[in-house]
Amino acid sequence: MEGQSVEELLAKAEQDEAEKLRRITVHKELELEFDLGNLLASDRNPPPTGLRGAGSAPEAGLRALARDNTQLLINELWKLPTERVGEALVARLPEPTTRLPREKPVPRPRPLTRWQQFARLKGIRPKKKTNLAWDEVSGQWRRRWGYQRARDNTKEWLIEVPGNADPLEDQFAKRMQAKKERVAKNELNRLRNLARAHKMQLPSAAGMHPTGHQSKEELGRAMQVAKVSTASVGRFQERLPKEKAPRGSGKKRKFQPLFGDFAAEKKNQLELLRVMNSKKPQLDVTRATNKQMREEDQEEAAKRRKMSQKGKKKGGRQGPGGKRRGGPPSQGRKRKGGLGGKMNSGPPGLGGKRKGGQRQGGKRRK
Amino acid sequence: MLIKGGNANATVTEVLKDMYALKKPHGVLYKKKNITRPFEDQTSLEFFSKKSDCSLFLFGSHNKKRPNNLVIGRLYDYHVLDMIELGIEKFVSLKDIKNSKCPEGTKPMLIFAGDDFDVTEDYRRLKSILIDFFRGPTVSNIRLAGLEYVLHFTALGGKIYFRSYKLLLKKSGCRTPRIELEEIGPALDLVLRRTHLASDDLYKLSMKVPKALKSKKKKNISHDTFGTTYGRIHMQKQDLSKLQTRKMKGLKKRPAEKTTEDLEEKAKKIKKN
Repeated sequence: MEGQSVEELLAKAEQDEAEKLRRITVHKELELEFDLGNLLASDRNPPPTGLRGAGSAPEAGLRALARDNTQLLINELWKLPTERVGEALVARLPEPTTRLPREKPVPRPRPLTRWQQFARLKGIRPKKKTNLAWDEVSGQWRRRWGYQRARDNTKEWLIEVPGNADPLEDQFAKRMQAKKERVAKNELNRLRNLARAHKMQLPSAAGMHPTGHQSKEELGRAMQVAKVSTASVGRFQERLPKEKAPRGSGKKRKFQPLFGDFAAEKKNQLELLRVMNSKKPQLDVTRATNKQMREEDQEEAAKRRKMSQKGKKKGGRQGPGGKRRGGPPSQGRKRKGGLGGKMNSGPPGLGGKRKGGQRQGGKRRK
Repeated sequence: MLIKGGNANATVTEVLKDMYALKKPHGVLYKKKNITRPFEDQTSLEFFSKKSDCSLFLFGSHNKKRPNNLVIGRLYDYHVLDMIELGIEKFVSLKDIKNSKCPEGTKPMLIFAGDDFDVTEDYRRLKSILIDFFRGPTVSNIRLAGLEYVLHFTALGGKIYFRSYKLLLKKSGCRTPRIELEEIGPALDLVLRRTHLASDDLYKLSMKVPKALKSKKKKNISHDTFGTTYGRIHMQKQDLSKLQTRKMKGLKKRPAEKTTEDLEEKAKKIKKN
């Protein structure tokens, strides 16, 4: 008898459980698709026939359908991991999976910094360094920088006074000062790069350099700018007794007067016509060779970059040979172009073409 | 932004007001009527979007040929991406249904029913626009008790039924509650009219995901064909003799045994020598 009652009890318990579950389970032919990040559920099942037949007043049918779908969505949501924040039970939502179009276009990639441009041009790539460095003092492997780094010169308790330094100078203070200057310079460069990226006006801080070491020209320029930044654009600013007038502060372009020197004008026009008529091109040797060398450097750097990318993708190892390819030949060249004969890699038509045209030797800025 | 056309009638105005109530505080309802036709001339829409910095819009108008017209659309980079014209057949406003409403700003749950929503391109875009329009701000956590609002879209017999319900959570014996719904909020019966969908390449451009947002692959985790997940741990070389294993106190060497062992070893050595 007892056995029977136990069985009965078990059966009853099972029935109760089934009842409870039945209250929240919904039967659907096709599973719904859930996007919990957006609290979204999509029901692909064709609408039940009762609904289609109803036509004019489908409210009850719609409501039943809505209830079923919502129940399924809530079931899914309740399965998410929860935590207690304050007094409320909070569920952690996953990322939304529905892909929706953006509102604004993707931001453009940042322009390269000055160093990155230079490194790209020359084909310089960062040297891969090991994570740990051997520290003699502590006799163990330590990280390269950061907390408890390998060669930490801030922790030194003894600094030798170098031979040429003032014996009464504080070397520790000197070291700290140098560090501060380096940090400030770094910060300035970073801000300059940022401003270049955003093409904003730098708050120039009146042209002063944060470390205080500036060249004479920079200081002169800063002073000029400061002089002109008054309400009357510097007209009533006095000059010091021995101060010279600023160099290079005139107009940047000089235009000839409309009519004046007729002879000079005639000469210029005839020269122009002659150059236009001549069949042979006028060539400036220096500029041409420099341009050529720059282009070659760029090509080599681009090639090296492509090789390294391909190497990374395929998993093959290029080896150090790949890097060195462009190295030695470019070192042997001189930047200033001389006669065409020296440059055997330049185009063959270069030599001897020093006619007419403007030939400006000396330093060139590209 | 919610814009009224040159000839918006009472129904359309009511609809726009209700939608504005749903989308507070992120919506902008323009009070004056604007005489424009979105399908012919999109410049005024783009101008409005630039001024108010909104990319989703709802434009209501009414004329004899298209009664109770509602144009729902979105913009990409202040240019019109998609526009879909819907006709309102039946409308029950928030005011008409008299019961307690949800607080504004709650993130609604969206449910789309009916296989029509995946069959045609028009319907798919409509679904995408509706999701964009009605989903709230993206959040990472949500309070389970705060899920109160459900918007249900059914595509049935060429019409789209839009209903909004309030959620009542009832006890169900186990952890997950049983749902009961109470109708609140606007109810619309919509008919699809004209569409102006974006060209494929513009759509592709707008769907571009920047590299930073793409999900990164987790290293050292691989999956089996059977669904088992394998992980890899990298360790340094271990000195197995110093490994910490279970200590059985019974097998520990006692001092008496130790001395006998030593004696034995010594004896062995002597013997060998």
